[in-house]
Amino acid sequence: MAYDYSKYLRSGKIPHIWCPGCGYGIIMKSLIRAIDATGLNKDEIVLTSGIGCASRLPGYMDFNTLHTTHGRSLAFATGVKVANPKLKVIALGGDGDMTAIGGNHFIHACRRNIDITCFVFNNYIYGMTGGQYSPTTPKNSRATTAPYGNADNQFDIAQLAIGAGATFVARTTTYHAVPMEKLIKQALDHKGFSVVEIMAGCPTGYGRKNKQGSPANMILWQKENAIPANKAKEMSAEEMEGKFAIGVLHEVQKPEYVEAYDAQVGLK
Amino acid sequence: MAREIRFLQGNEAVCEGALYAGCRFYAGYPITPSTEIAEGLSASLPKVGGRFIQMEDELAAMAATIGGSIAGKKSLTATSGPGMSLKMENLGYAYLTEVPCVIVNVMRGGPSTGLPTGPGQSDVMQAKWGTHGDHPAIVLTPSTVQEQLNETVRAFNLSEKYRMPVIVLTDEIIGHMREAIEIPEPGELEVIDRKRPTCDPKDYKPYRPDADLVPPMADFGSGYRYHITGLNHAEDGFPSNNGKMAQADEIRQENKVMHHYDDIVKVEEFECSDAEIIIFAYGSSARSAKEAVIKARAEGIKAGLFRPLTLWPFPEKHLEKYVGKAKKFIVPELNLGMMKFEVDRVVKGQANVVGINKIDSDPITPVEIIDEIRRAK
Ligand SMILES: Cc1ncc(C[n+]2csc(CCOP(=O)(O)OP(=O)(O)O)c2C)c(N)n1
Ligand code: SF4
Repeated sequence: MAYDYSKYLRSGKIPHIWCPGCGYGIIMKSLIRAIDATGLNKDEIVLTSGIGCASRLPGYMDFNTLHTTHGRSLAFATGVKVANPKLKVIALGGDGDMTAIGGNHFIHACRRNIDITCFVFNNYIYGMTGGQYSPTTPKNSRATTAPYGNADNQFDIAQLAIGAGATFVARTTTYHAVPMEKLIKQALDHKGFSVVEIMAGCPTGYGRKNKQGSPANMILWQKENAIPANKAKEMSAEEMEGKFAIGVLHEVQKPEYVEAYDAQVGLK
Repeated sequence: MAREIRFLQGNEAVCEGALYAGCRFYAGYPITPSTEIAEGLSASLPKVGGRFIQMEDELAAMAATIGGSIAGKKSLTATSGPGMSLKMENLGYAYLTEVPCVIVNVMRGGPSTGLPTGPGQSDVMQAKWGTHGDHPAIVLTPSTVQEQLNETVRAFNLSEKYRMPVIVLTDEIIGHMREAIEIPEPGELEVIDRKRPTCDPKDYKPYRPDADLVPPMADFGSGYRYHITGLNHAEDGFPSNNGKMAQADEIRQENKVMHHYDDIVKVEEFECSDAEIIIFAYGSSARSAKEAVIKARAEGIKAGLFRPLTLWPFPEKHLEKYVGKAKKFIVPELNLGMMKFEVDRVVKGQANVVGINKIDSDPITPVEIIDEIRRAK
């Protein structure tokens, strides 16, 4: 029997705003399947986001959903979680939302190791505002604000998260829809701050400018350049040039923020 | 039974008021001269089952405060000038999404980092007009340490009742001075909780107002699943580009405050009934003004103090009573003349309105006000 997504969707809010060929629909499907696999109750889930194409996702999902200001979703999510730790809090946003305007909130959420699952949809660009460069836009790529090619150096979101103290960090792509579902489930099951960077093509804002061809070609590009984490470890920096590791990149156990706070201050 | 008397600093009294009102979550970022509020609540919140968090900056602190309220806890944040500027983005979010919370701004001097350890009253216009877009504002201005406590309780009550942020606008002088105050007994002051929905969850519309123009608000996790967005939205909470509807909704929010003027606006009118000269003063400046009025009366000058405890909405209905009667209005404030604009607007040229203005980090003294009272025009 076909999988029943409708249980989790606000049917009246579909069709979504995403462009044809956008990778975000694939992420939404994997997210739904992963959440279903956890067996969590819809009433206990809070989904927060900032502003951007990615951040429109919570509007389509039948949970407690909080669409906040640009970049701030993790700060709102932190308040929700600390005020009521029984809630399962999930935050998501684009690469610009999470690592440019929201960069400070991102690293501090990692550092605290608060039990929030964070998904960063990395499409290398600001989609919603029309294709300006973001902290993940590759050097020399074109963007509407980089007509001569991008001069900035790039963030590696997963490495940033590991460096800042996140206790579960993974990367996947929209080509790898089935493994993505498993990774998302693993992240949701992890106690502490978990980050999943999801590479997703933006044919409208990035693909067109950078002559990446059809949306299908953009997904094939992900397939060709994604290297499984184990294999990536054995490859040299030159061999990894232009490629990226996928799978679980980092996993450790550390005291969770609210639990540690409660123990420290004598709250039961 | 006699009430407990304690010798408290103004900032400490804010903590007492917050706990009394049922505050169970604080998110902040330290800044002088508001820091003692964060320090106090970091110690006392866990004792009543609440939590404190020091966020990475004021944007985050405001965001977390809103998040805490959405999760069902009465939430507070406190700051001073530069921090208030940073809070504006998410404060606007709280107005549009109608999330109750209390923000204490212990005003200091100067723009930018300014005069961090000195008092100021220059954020009075920011408190009303600081964010982009239209929204109503409720802003309270205590003058004594006792009022720091009582007005903090009132701020939570108004915030919960009208489902919106409320600002307690105080200053370094009151924040840091110590006075003996009475701690109210439990049950002595009214404590109001937000209206929560009682309907079937599937019928819940988070922005459908009751007759009082305030919609009931559900806690996230309480079984009422709904959507909150900073975009203009319909009654169901989902974004809408319908400009007519956005306008109607913003006007409804304005009205939920203006239609309850009598419930929200509080002023002290001291020796005003026969006054020929009225001092309009708030916060720490009102303390000197009261002293000046007492001295002037002793000299036989008919002076009175008009002291708003609610600065926004502006207490114009109260003030209008004296327009056409008093010959002169004096507005002492620690800025270059901000609330004087509002007094002028209400007085409409029917009397002389004179400002006493200082931004040198010193309080306005009773003598400076008496000198102005004695001046004929
Ligand atoms: C304070 C603020 N600054 C700027 C914007 C404009 N803005 C909206 S979305 C966006 C960037 C979105 O890019 P990204 O986060 O990568 O998400 P995507 O749209 O690509 O999914 C910007 C700059 C805003 N809404 N708020
Ligand atoms: S602009 Fe890009 S990210 Fe936004 S919906 Fe279109 S394809 Fe997706």
